[in-house]
Amino acid sequence: MIKELSKSVREYKKASILTPIFVTLEVIMECIIPYITAELVNEIQGGCEFMTIVYYGLVLVGMAFLSLLFGVLSGVVCATASCGFAKNLRHDMFERVQNFSFENIDKFQTSSLVTRMTTDVTNVQMAYMMIIRIAVRAPLMFVFSVVMAALMGGMVSVIFAVVIPILAFVLFLIIRKAMPIFRKVFKKYDNLNNSVQENVKGMRVVKSFVREDYEKQKFKTAARDICGDFTRAERILAFNGPVMQFCLYAVMIFVLSFGSYTIITSTGSAMNVGQISAMLNYSFMILSSLMMLSMVFVMITMASESGKRIVEVLNEKSTIDNPENPITEIADGSIRFSGVKFKYSEKAERYALENIDLSIKSGETIGIVGGTGSSKSTLIQLICRLYDVSEGSVCVGGKNVREYDVETLRNAVAVVLQKNILFSGTIKENLRWGNENATDEEMIEACKMAAADEFISSFPDGYDTYIEQGGANVSGGQKQRLCIARALLKKPKILVLDDSTSAVDTHTDKLIRDGLKKYAPDTTKIIIAQRTGSVEDADRIIVLDGGKIDAVGTNDELLKNNAIYREIYTSQNKKNTDDAVKAVENA
Amino acid sequence: MRNVKISTGEKGNGRAPAKKGTLKRVIKLMFAFYPVMLPIAVACILFNAVISSIPAIFMQNIIDLIDSSYKAGDWSAVGGRISEMVLILGGLYVLSLASGIVYQQLLAIMTQGTLQKMREKMFDGMQNLPIKYFDTHNHGDIMSYYTNDIDALRQLISQSIPQILISGLIVITIFCIMIYYCLWLTLIAVACTVIMLFVTRFVGGNSSKYFRRQQAAIGKTEGYIEEMMNGQKVVKVFCHEQAAIADFDRINGELFDESRRANKFGNMLGPILNNIGNIFYVIIAVSGGAMLLLGAPNVAICMLPLSIGIIVPFLNMTKQFSGNINQVSMQVNSVVMGLAGASRMFELVDENPETDDGYVTLVNVKEIDGELVECVEHTGIWAWKHPHGDGTVTYTKLAGDVVLSEVDFEYEPNKPVLRDVSIYAKPGQKVAFVGATGAGKTTITNLINRFYDIADGKIRYDGININKIKKADLRRSLGIVLQDVNLFTGTVMDNIRYGKLDATDEECIAAAKLAGADDFITRLPDGYNTLLTSNGANLSQGQRQLVSIARAAVADPPVMILDEATSSIDTRTEAIVSRGMDALMQGRTVFVIAHRLSTVRNSDVIIVLDHGKIIERGNHEKLIADKGQYYKLYTGAFELS
Repeated sequence: MIKELSKSVREYKKASILTPIFVTLEVIMECIIPYITAELVNEIQGGCEFMTIVYYGLVLVGMAFLSLLFGVLSGVVCATASCGFAKNLRHDMFERVQNFSFENIDKFQTSSLVTRMTTDVTNVQMAYMMIIRIAVRAPLMFVFSVVMAALMGGMVSVIFAVVIPILAFVLFLIIRKAMPIFRKVFKKYDNLNNSVQENVKGMRVVKSFVREDYEKQKFKTAARDICGDFTRAERILAFNGPVMQFCLYAVMIFVLSFGSYTIITSTGSAMNVGQISAMLNYSFMILSSLMMLSMVFVMITMASESGKRIVEVLNEKSTIDNPENPITEIADGSIRFSGVKFKYSEKAERYALENIDLSIKSGETIGIVGGTGSSKSTLIQLICRLYDVSEGSVCVGGKNVREYDVETLRNAVAVVLQKNILFSGTIKENLRWGNENATDEEMIEACKMAAADEFISSFPDGYDTYIEQGGANVSGGQKQRLCIARALLKKPKILVLDDSTSAVDTHTDKLIRDGLKKYAPDTTKIIIAQRTGSVEDADRIIVLDGGKIDAVGTNDELLKNNAIYREIYTSQNKKNTDDAVKAVENA
Repeated sequence: MRNVKISTGEKGNGRAPAKKGTLKRVIKLMFAFYPVMLPIAVACILFNAVISSIPAIFMQNIIDLIDSSYKAGDWSAVGGRISEMVLILGGLYVLSLASGIVYQQLLAIMTQGTLQKMREKMFDGMQNLPIKYFDTHNHGDIMSYYTNDIDALRQLISQSIPQILISGLIVITIFCIMIYYCLWLTLIAVACTVIMLFVTRFVGGNSSKYFRRQQAAIGKTEGYIEEMMNGQKVVKVFCHEQAAIADFDRINGELFDESRRANKFGNMLGPILNNIGNIFYVIIAVSGGAMLLLGAPNVAICMLPLSIGIIVPFLNMTKQFSGNINQVSMQVNSVVMGLAGASRMFELVDENPETDDGYVTLVNVKEIDGELVECVEHTGIWAWKHPHGDGTVTYTKLAGDVVLSEVDFEYEPNKPVLRDVSIYAKPGQKVAFVGATGAGKTTITNLINRFYDIADGKIRYDGININKIKKADLRRSLGIVLQDVNLFTGTVMDNIRYGKLDATDEECIAAAKLAGADDFITRLPDGYNTLLTSNGANLSQGQRQLVSIARAAVADPPVMILDEATSSIDTRTEAIVSRGMDALMQGRTVFVIAHRLSTVRNSDVIIVLDHGKIIERGNHEKLIADKGQYYKLYTGAFELS
């Protein structure tokens, strides 16, 4: 995991290496200061010259300033290193996701990808900062202080040999006891907050089923459980402070009693007062560096979960890659499915599509109908290699889709997805997704074909109207038409409309189909629809049922011969209203 | 009009400061929860703080003893007194440890307990709020009461307040001890501390300014990531990957700049404080030494002359003094945040709950000699129990007869949503509402189950004014299926059972079959035991609607409201569902709102709404023959938005 993550350090390697160096220098300074202070105290005690005091004072202030300088420098480069690392991580993940195939996207789910790129990266960034700074500082501080204390205190420093293992052991115990509880309870806590969120969002459901008391009870049980766990963990952690204090106190008492004994019995030759005060300082530094280490350890353990989740994304191999020597020319808009079988994952028991054999001529208009779960969308997503077939082959323009350059293929096969999305930005910006260099005329032409020009022109800002995130400020029908126009700007050889006019009225629906027929006669058009009205003038209609082709034919043939088509048709057009509908259409 | 949302403000830092008296209320609340523990904990904290500052005195004594006697080298002369001091010191340490352990344990218990009780209070309060609250408050804001604000409160109770108490008291005690020993050195220490505070203010102020800007940059980046991840499939279809990466790099770069600046200042604060502390340490040492050498007269309460025994502990005290003042100043920010959080949570708790003056209740009855008699057991026959002013009680059989007469309604003053709407639904009738978004279709259903109260007019249920019916009983008699399906974390079975908590598995499965959901459920990996998470993300929108219909079906209510309940279900499946529903709703009242006109065609009454007014009413054949608005809609000359 660490190897994977560290690949994202890149240009911030310099800052990442400088940080520990500055930290080291800072620690050295900090550790020498008490030593020199002790000298100073002794000089004072010995009744020295005034200038000696000033000399020591200047040296000390100089060192403090150096230490300050190194400290600030380490802080600054550390900020660059950790923020840069986080930036690269986010970039790498984003780039990786851009290479994901639909299968990869399905596997991760949107919300999980968002958390991985935000919260998880922040956690890792914090841990990285800790590692290059505190995780360097604490052990160094520990080692230096121990060395200095041993140098100064001689026999007195033996106490550290006793206290340090005790503190380390107890800290270790505390972490080992508390961490598993924390890890467990954090998960529960997330669940609790999820359930609050479900309640906030689903309050209408709660209230209309009169389930307020039930929900309260459920929440109370969960919240109490969590409270119990948290209290247990926190109470264990609450021993951190006292244990540290105990050790500190033990050192102080030992230093004071044994130290004073040594000084007096040796008449000040083995030890002096200044050293006692320095020892007290070092003991504080030693013990607090141990505390810091334990904190770093906890942070890193917690962040390692996030690290794992990030690496999962970074390591995910796209299931669809460009072939070697890809073809970048597509002859025409003909499509051939031969013996196609498809399932969404290896493990899935059922095939989503089975035994699909189908040949579509360039320029043909094909309608696809069928119930929910009949795999209509799946079928068309194979054409531009959004998914790869499990068995059999799909050919476009006479060549297997796997031989094409993916971008060439997808530019030639424009799919208007069922769950379509506009992005925040102006209408023009959204349309340019279809063709970056589209001129205003081309955009207007495409919008006219998609019957969108009329309503766009009615907006005060016309084509510069700002679309809110997800297209929240246009109606469903308008959104669909904009999406169609966006796809048309690609000037595709094959155009696929996946239930793309469901919110458009039947009259406009017809206008769009007529427009396509007239202005893009050579484009192969595939229309998936709920309404049989949207496909009845297609050259051929494919009826899908349970992932298999049930029938292929024209509207009239299918009405005569196919039970499913007839059922769909009649559920929408009762006999007595048929005439009325036709009358209007003809008028 | 379903989504009338008024954002109450930004998330996080930018929100309103705490109301006055919040701190008092937090303390009162904790005292009410823990009348014994809280005083003990506070006493221990104070005791601990004082005890922690006293050892300095004993250290001074010991060092003085050493200083005065080490040249003699005679341990036996002073050993006894030193040991005595060390013992007292040890005793003090034990007391400090003991009080420390006690208060930290108590704090752990009280903090979590208070948070827990606060959560429960909020959740209970929230469940009792009217729907209006949820319609007019940003859901993200409500959520942050349970996350950000609770965290801020935890910080306040477990860290900030105890820390301020301890540090404050230590500062005072040490200040006293310092004055006791030497006024001059004390003045120097105070001057140094003031300088230190200014530096903290400056660096800290910058850092919090930049952290706020970092927060904004994070928000922007998250927004972009979310939008792109949601539209990832569209990005793929349009081969827009490179452009997306370029855009992202720009935003990501901005975040980097902001966060680097913020962290720079954040990281600097530690070393700066630390080393300024070091410098002051040196200043005290040098000035102390100078005074000692020059034999400057000591001004102090202790009347002792300046000695090395005073200077050494004084050095340590200086560190403690400035360290603790730093502690207090660092807590200020989290106190402000904690109180602001607490203040918001109290706002939620204080929100007026949904009122209910209803007294007509729904009871099980038996029919004995044509009379309805109330009974405890489940009979399948329900009646409204209506107590009257004169002490008599009448029972009206639950039938599902709903009448709206001349109803007016507005969500906001002077913006009428419904005007003079009258509707009659006889038991067993299917009444459909048709009209553009904002025409008031959903509003009518919101009024029938009293999510909102009407401004004028009357709604009667089985002849009883619904204002007289207890809300819970009214809602229990109405089944509602909404377009936006909300499922809860749990199995499919749990979700169906939500409609009737004591339903058996068989009943749930029967309901699923009725709703046409059984077929797909049995094909799920674990069938009815498949776990649904994040609102059933593993199901398609249509499947979720089927589950929600099953959930309503198992409740078996006499009146059913279907608000775009089948909008994501294909017409074939819808036909199956509606056959099931028709069987279920035999003899019961159904209100249907649908976009798709094929769904409402077989209704007994179709009501066409436009801007809150009924413009047409009648059955399908009549409305088609009238050649009015419905006819235009039906023939597709109009697009519903």
